Amino acid sequence: MFEGYTLAELGSIFAMQGFAGLILFSVFVLMALGLAIIFGQMGVINMAHGEFMILGAYITYFTSNFFLNYLPALFSVYFFVAMILAFVGAGALGMLVEWGMIRHLYRRPLDTLLATWGLSLMLQQFYRSVFGAREVGVELPQWLIGSLPVTDVIEVPINGLFVMALTLLITVAVAVLMYRSRWGKQVRAVMQNRVMAGAVGIDTEKVDRYTFGIGCGIAGVAGSAFTMVGSTGPTSGQLYIVDTFLVVVFGGAQSLLGTIASAFVISQAQSTMEFFLSGSMAKVLTLLAVVGILMLRPQGLFVLKVRR
Amino acid sequence: MRSGNIFLKRNEVVFVVILSALLLVVFPMALDSFRLNLVGKYLTYAFVALGLVLCWGNAGILSLGQGIFFGLGGYGMAMFLKLEASSPEHTAIQSTPGIPDFMDWNQITELPAFWLPFHSLTLTIVAILVVPAVFAWIIGVAMFKRRVGGVYFAIITQAIAAILTILIVGQQGYTGGINGITDLRTLKGWDIRTDFAKEVLYFVNVALLLGCLLLAQFVRRSKYGRILVAIRDKEDRVRFSGYDVSNFKIFIFCFASVLAAIGGAMFTLQVGFMSPSFVGIVPSIEMVIYCAVGGRLSLFGAVYGTLFVNYAKTIFSESFPELWLFAMGALFIGVVMAFPNGLAGLWQAYAQPWFDRIGQRGAPRPISPAPISPTAAPAERRT
Amino acid sequence: MSSDNHQNGLPSALRRKLLMGMAALPAAALLPKAAFAQAPATSAVNTTGLAVTDTTVRVGILHSVTGTMAISETGSVQAEKLAISQINEMGGVLGRKIEFIQEDGASDWPNFAEKAKKLLVNDKAAAVFGCWTSASRKAVLPVFEQYNGMLYYPTFYEGLEQSKNVIYTGQEATQQILSGIDWVVKEKKAKSFYLLGSDYIWPRTSNKIARKHIEKNSLKVVGEEYFPLGHTQFNSVINKIKLTKPDVIYAIIVGGSNVAFYKQMKAAGIDLSKQTLVTISVTEDEILGIGGENIAGAYACMKYFQSLDNPNNKDFVAAFKKMWGENIVIGDVTQAAYLGPWLWKLTVEKAGSFDIDKVAAASPGIEFGKAPEGYVRIHENHHLWSKTRVGKAKLDGQYEVIYETADLMEPDPFPKGYQ
Repeated sequence: MFEGYTLAELGSIFAMQGFAGLILFSVFVLMALGLAIIFGQMGVINMAHGEFMILGAYITYFTSNFFLNYLPALFSVYFFVAMILAFVGAGALGMLVEWGMIRHLYRRPLDTLLATWGLSLMLQQFYRSVFGAREVGVELPQWLIGSLPVTDVIEVPINGLFVMALTLLITVAVAVLMYRSRWGKQVRAVMQNRVMAGAVGIDTEKVDRYTFGIGCGIAGVAGSAFTMVGSTGPTSGQLYIVDTFLVVVFGGAQSLLGTIASAFVISQAQSTMEFFLSGSMAKVLTLLAVVGILMLRPQGLFVLKVRR
Repeated sequence: MRSGNIFLKRNEVVFVVILSALLLVVFPMALDSFRLNLVGKYLTYAFVALGLVLCWGNAGILSLGQGIFFGLGGYGMAMFLKLEASSPEHTAIQSTPGIPDFMDWNQITELPAFWLPFHSLTLTIVAILVVPAVFAWIIGVAMFKRRVGGVYFAIITQAIAAILTILIVGQQGYTGGINGITDLRTLKGWDIRTDFAKEVLYFVNVALLLGCLLLAQFVRRSKYGRILVAIRDKEDRVRFSGYDVSNFKIFIFCFASVLAAIGGAMFTLQVGFMSPSFVGIVPSIEMVIYCAVGGRLSLFGAVYGTLFVNYAKTIFSESFPELWLFAMGALFIGVVMAFPNGLAGLWQAYAQPWFDRIGQRGAPRPISPAPISPTAAPAERRT
Repeated sequence: MSSDNHQNGLPSALRRKLLMGMAALPAAALLPKAAFAQAPATSAVNTTGLAVTDTTVRVGILHSVTGTMAISETGSVQAEKLAISQINEMGGVLGRKIEFIQEDGASDWPNFAEKAKKLLVNDKAAAVFGCWTSASRKAVLPVFEQYNGMLYYPTFYEGLEQSKNVIYTGQEATQQILSGIDWVVKEKKAKSFYLLGSDYIWPRTSNKIARKHIEKNSLKVVGEEYFPLGHTQFNSVINKIKLTKPDVIYAIIVGGSNVAFYKQMKAAGIDLSKQTLVTISVTEDEILGIGGENIAGAYACMKYFQSLDNPNNKDFVAAFKKMWGENIVIGDVTQAAYLGPWLWKLTVEKAGSFDIDKVAAASPGIEFGKAPEGYVRIHENHHLWSKTRVGKAKLDGQYEVIYETADLMEPDPFPKGYQ
């Protein structure tokens, strides 16, 4: 397929392909970070993760409409407001869910799967009843639209850059939070040994609630960012859930670094294969490879060594 | 825990009789042909739920990929029926008569080799039973030998279900794609679409289901079944006692997969088509939920749970088409939160003691059908 | 084209009046006080035990209002309800008010079969308006054939099917595709095409027809790609498009994937005012999700656009908005769904009976002049003769109609030479 192209053209195509892989990588990391906290750290299988993302997307949609109608002058910065609202909204719902449901199920992780599946059904129907069954389109501020031409052929999408920057920011924030802050220490302590953590005076219930809330909040921000690249509808959340879980499991559920590494590997593999094969086959082969590797190395790429 | 291989205890005989009477006498007499066929369809899911009781309730292995096996069984049967429906005289208008219509639409001019065995009913039945078992064995060996369990196993089986769905949808020339294999007509010349045929198939289905239930009960009651419970509760101790834990798990997973495949095959016969929408993630989770609602520790509960959830789904969606997901979601959450042992747990906690009091004077109270007490949460280990 | 093309061109005012009269006359005759006296006896118009009384007739609406397809099917439900209420205001069908039972297919194909069977067997529906995806139609088809029901199916679809029990009110693939490609070849001097689609039968079959037609014209297909339903990452294929530089991108992507595809195209710097893109899957409904600014400049090839300028359509759009709200948009399939109840009414009145066999037999030749898309007629093969139009997407999410075929396109579900 490369006959008839100059070396320069091929070079630019590969550069753009690499960039496409990076965008996919950012998307995967954004999706997976929230789940890495909830599933990796807390052991809760949150099947409603996609619905929390979509909540963020809807919040972004309403914020954009609000700015368009009432504060048109500030429309260019609405996206930042929307992301904060999405974080708060999804996080608050997450804490509510943790309080009403999840906290009763910590001893039964597989049951959280069923309960959150029920929750995701209800949330989907809620979105459909309240926001309508049709998809909504989020209007972007002008500066986020278009691309930066680097050379004649290479063009870098601005919203792709934005997603990448956002991913970097959130990843750093999460890493600092988990590994440098007092709260992060408490989270890790609770997850490694709940009884012992309680014994040394950590309020495990409070830690759980905030951890779950932050995980959901990050999902909300991810959803907000996805309005730039994907669709917003009542059932859009379901599209992401399997990929997200695989990224987290493949990385080694309890390792943040592992999540990032696995997002990188999977996104690059998929993006490269998509270039040479059809979309469907690329997806099948990527998933097969991930499952195959997981069978050989069930603990994932990175393992946290803990004495139990 | 009692000793000895008592296959069915006295009150379980009563359960079997009640269930048989309900399925074989009450439903056929009370329901019209349309509703009876629906019940027949629901009962095909009960095969999967039975397997899940063994796998999940008994052995602690939660598979989110039972749709794979249901689908393999269903597709096996559908391929046989489709070939019969695609005889050269029926398909004379195609550019290549004698092959299924969807192949013709996809420019396939020759029947693919893997379809050839499905000309024979015997080979089809063998395939329905063996292919899922082999597939489950491969997954089982790869996972259990490496001591993958719990959540990881659940997610990996879910991913496999997703892969299989994308594959079936993507290879539509060979599989019928997202439409599935439709328009199935006859089984060895016998029209499966008539009301009479549907009734016959219903009874065949019930007979098979009761047979599978008894077989599953036998497995549970054997020494083997008790080792599985031991594995669920303290895997390491069983391993240190000298048992090869993984072999036990592999066997029960294969067994559950074969049950699911039988259900799939019966589904195809009664519904008249098979499509990838029974293979993927959503149906697989739904099947787990039938099992959870019925009670993950009770084989009878699984059957009643399947009937209950599906009946509720049909009723809700007929009465409140735009709101039934709320009701379903609430049901799932409620069951998991309030009644972790499902309908069977409710029965054991409330109805059973009452029956025991009036039924058995002085006799030791049987704790059944579940071998552990109803209030204890099923032990699942965080891995 | 065959001989019965005599209604070409713009309908004259006279003809329009005639046609409108034709639709309105029976109703006008039945409306006044003595409606029941004039309505034919139930025993005469219903010999097969359908749910017809002296004053009512029951029909079914079978679409997904939950699940992933609810996004698309909501419009069809709304259109069918509008048509039914309009028909009832005009006096109903053979003097009988239409009552409908709505069932939810829940985006689940076997569920469609189950509900179809309920509508036919338990509710004895005289007609069913419903289904959207090919898969749901394939699932219910054996049910309709076995229990002898009547289905009015609104979606543009891949063809390769024809049934006594189904009236296809949308276009089959050749109607939608051939003239569109001819147009783009002529107007845009297109030489090379890149075919894209979601991975299921309709896009694949449609692209197959497109490819044959393109190659017949000795032009080139430079790429063909399919993506799983719900796919959201198109950057790789966008790079391939940039590499191969096709004159035309021919996209048949459905559902939520559309949104991702057009947003990413735009972000990657593919400017649809310079790069020609033809789609047969994006109606005004989908643009709501995509956003007009992301797709402006693309060409869509179908039989109806909300912006069509004719009196029928003006009335239809006004009535639709009155019933369902000012902000609503109407796409091709929604309009086709609206045709269903009307065509059924006309057919029943021509047949003088609700009996399925008589309705099926009377269907060929039924003309409907008040269709929002303009005059349509049912073909022998139970599909519709209809015009095909090309619209150009505008920023506000509407299409500007820039071309329409001079003649009605003949439906040809089993096209010779394209299989």
